[in-house]
Amino acid sequence: MSNSVRVQTEDFDLNKEYNHLRAAHYPCGAVVLFSGLVRDFLPPQQLISLELEHYPGMTEAMLQQLSTAATARWKLLGTTIIHRTGKLLPGDQIVLVGVSSAHRTDAFEAAQFIMDTLKTSAPFWKKETLKQYPGSAPESYWVAAKDSDEQLAQRW
Amino acid sequence: MIKVCFFADLRERLGCADMLVEHFSGENIAQLKDFIVKQHPQWEKIFLEKKLLIAVNHAMANNNSAIVAGDEVAFFPPVTGG
Repeated sequence: MSNSVRVQTEDFDLNKEYNHLRAAHYPCGAVVLFSGLVRDFLPPQQLISLELEHYPGMTEAMLQQLSTAATARWKLLGTTIIHRTGKLLPGDQIVLVGVSSAHRTDAFEAAQFIMDTLKTSAPFWKKETLKQYPGSAPESYWVAAKDSDEQLAQRW
Repeated sequence: MIKVCFFADLRERLGCADMLVEHFSGENIAQLKDFIVKQHPQWEKIFLEKKLLIAVNHAMANNNSAIVAGDEVAFFPPVTGG
C-alpha cells in the first residue's frame, strides 16, 4: 500500500504520479487520476490570479484521513493526494487525486469520494483577483462555499 | 493558555491571524467564544455567524467541544479548496 499526501506550492507532473501509482504494486488493474485546474468562467479572462490559503498541519491531517477512509472502504493499492497553495494562474493545476486498485470500480469511486470530501472538509480557501472595468484597479474576493459541493459530499 | 488561529476571510475581517488566550477558566468552545468576545466586543457579530467552522488540535469541532490549556483552536469560514 502506497499512500502519499502532499501540500506544496510547486506544480506536479501527472505522468510521474501515474507511473508511481502504477509501479507501486505492479501489476495493478486500474489507475484513476483526477486533476483540478484554475478555471476562468464568465465573463472570459476576468480572473487574473487565485491565492490559496490553508491551515498548515490540519490540512495534511485531513488529507491523510481522507486517504485512510478511502482505503478502509474500497479495495485500493495506492492513493496520492496533492494540493497546491499560494498564487496560481488560470489553467494551472491545483489538485491531484490518484488511486490505484485491481478493478476500475474501486478506483473510480474512491477517487470521487476523496475529491468530493476534500472540497468540503480540507481547510483550504481561495481568493480571486478579478479584472474590473477598464482603467480601474483589480479587486480581490474570497470565494464562497457552494451548496452543490456540500450535496455532492453528502452522497458518500 | 489556548492558542487561537483565524483563517481567510475571517482573519482579514478580524485583522488578526492568531492570538494567545490567557486566564481562560472555561471548558468548551462556546465559553471560549464568550471569553474572547468580552475582550473584543467588536468581534461579537462575526463570532455569532452560523457558518463559522471550528477546529480543536487540527480536528473539526463544535461549540460543545471540550478544550484544555495547551490546545490549539481555529475558527474559519466554510472551505473552498480543490
